[in-house]
Amino acid sequence: MSDNQLVTALSSEEIAEIETEISHLPDRESAAIDALMIVQRHRGWVSDESLFALAQLLEMSSAELDSIATFYNLIFRQPVGRHVVMVCDSVSCYVMGADQLATKVQDELGIKFGETTNDGRFTLLPIVCLGACDRAPTMMIDKDLIGLVDPSSLQDVFSRYE
Amino acid sequence: MSLLDTKPLIGRVEELGGLVSLKDYVSSGGYSGAKRALTQMSPEEVIDLVRNANLKGRGGAGFPTGMKWNFAKGEPLTPGPKYLVCNADEMEPGTFKDRYLMEFNPHLLIEGMIIGAFAIQAEIAYIFLRGEYHEPYKQLNRAIDEAKESGRLGNSVFGIDFNLELRVHLSGGRYICGEETALLNALEGKRAQPRSKPPFPPASGAWGRPTIVNNVETFCNVPAILRNGAQWYQDLGLTDDAGTKLYGVSGRVNKPGLWELPMGTPIREIIEVHAEGMCDGFKLRGLLPGGASTDFLVEEHFDLPMDYATIQSAGSRMGTGTMILMDDSICPVDMCRNLEHFFAQESCGFCTPCREGIPWVEALLTDIESGKGQLGDLEILDQHAAFIGGPSNTFCLHAPGAMEPLQSALKYFRDDFEQHIKQGRCPYRS
Repeated sequence: MSDNQLVTALSSEEIAEIETEISHLPDRESAAIDALMIVQRHRGWVSDESLFALAQLLEMSSAELDSIATFYNLIFRQPVGRHVVMVCDSVSCYVMGADQLATKVQDELGIKFGETTNDGRFTLLPIVCLGACDRAPTMMIDKDLIGLVDPSSLQDVFSRYE
Repeated sequence: MSLLDTKPLIGRVEELGGLVSLKDYVSSGGYSGAKRALTQMSPEEVIDLVRNANLKGRGGAGFPTGMKWNFAKGEPLTPGPKYLVCNADEMEPGTFKDRYLMEFNPHLLIEGMIIGAFAIQAEIAYIFLRGEYHEPYKQLNRAIDEAKESGRLGNSVFGIDFNLELRVHLSGGRYICGEETALLNALEGKRAQPRSKPPFPPASGAWGRPTIVNNVETFCNVPAILRNGAQWYQDLGLTDDAGTKLYGVSGRVNKPGLWELPMGTPIREIIEVHAEGMCDGFKLRGLLPGGASTDFLVEEHFDLPMDYATIQSAGSRMGTGTMILMDDSICPVDMCRNLEHFFAQESCGFCTPCREGIPWVEALLTDIESGKGQLGDLEILDQHAAFIGGPSNTFCLHAPGAMEPLQSALKYFRDDFEQHIKQGRCPYRS
């Protein structure tokens, strides 16, 4: 990929944010995770095109960068919906009915875990303990932590996310 | 005696009913511990004080904090930076104490880290925060800005010849990042795979430099020790272990929650008094005392005090001190399946016993739960708990931790496992 393509694959804003991270680190590669997350914040996910451009910017191989991107569950290498719904399946929520909640969420959205609704509104993912076990069962929609989820009120909850 | 002297961690939060602002924090003695350390003491004196207070790491292992800090004393042997890192990757299932501290009392963590950084003479510090902790991220960054503006971070902290840069690194996810050396790899922008040890981080940590890693709650204990002394801190505990502890309860109790109590508060008191007992119609059968990777405790243990030594001698670990209750409506086999699913999914995949063994155990538990268990399966599980959980078979303690709830469930709830196989079904499902 030529330098010219790199410029179009990453916005100047993204590059500026990534360079700020790099300036606080001993070397460019150390910013790999920050850089992936910056691109995702701007675009919702990390495409192959973004990944190649990032590898060039960080002066590392794209294979190495992809091995990092795919290691972390909060870095998406596939497009996701406008809202990401994450339902906790760890033990405290399990004790408080997470399995039943998971079934109800899938029914309500009409998709299974790992899928996105046809209208591109929601992506559904499992997540490990969200650190709010006193309010189990829990889920997270985008940046909102929702505790004491009542499976019968899901329609209400989802209606707040257009 | 004020609430702050009995509850140095969250007394202020309870008094104010929420976020402790910089103004609230300072007006109740906040940052006076750091000021004392930096302006009146040497780094060695700070380490000695923390050591004498007998503060033990609150991340789960209970390693003495002063001793850990002391490891960094002779370092670095070569010119270059030293690092202080806060492990705020709280992801142990059932644990919800660090989020509370960071969300509602962020300056307490910052003050503890200033003291720690001064003690080990590190001028760069990181808070490694889990990616889902959006509210703590916001509060920490705001508090760091306030601390910078008021001369408590940045150049010449408290006017002395000591600089400290504190940054928050937001994680990309994965439970294994909580393992100290995996965390350092993640901080370096790499895959979070644990490192072979030795060398340990105090000699070679982040970017190969001397690094000290402590848990959020550990740092939060430090400011009051500097303010009130080692003896005061030791006297807070009810048993040999010092200080207060954030204990938590989740499960079918009337009031699940988190409380700052004297170290060594009995399990039954935490459940009956603070969590207000089991919900009507549910009986407590067992509990994981400090997260998913601790052995089950049962009725015979419920009068024990929650401290490091006692819970260890009962065959488990106090871990994070946030207990998960298993009531009589929960099938122990299915609960183990849930736990092993978690550990199988979160294995980093580097060491074979962990990568291959835990999914295999999960599959066997799934078979038993769905009525396809066979005679001999339990012996196979016993063996694998020992193989996978055996010492030094893996780089880190993920696999041994994964086997702790299983091996104890096989011991205490064996009849449940046998009934599944004999009946060819789960007796808990209608």
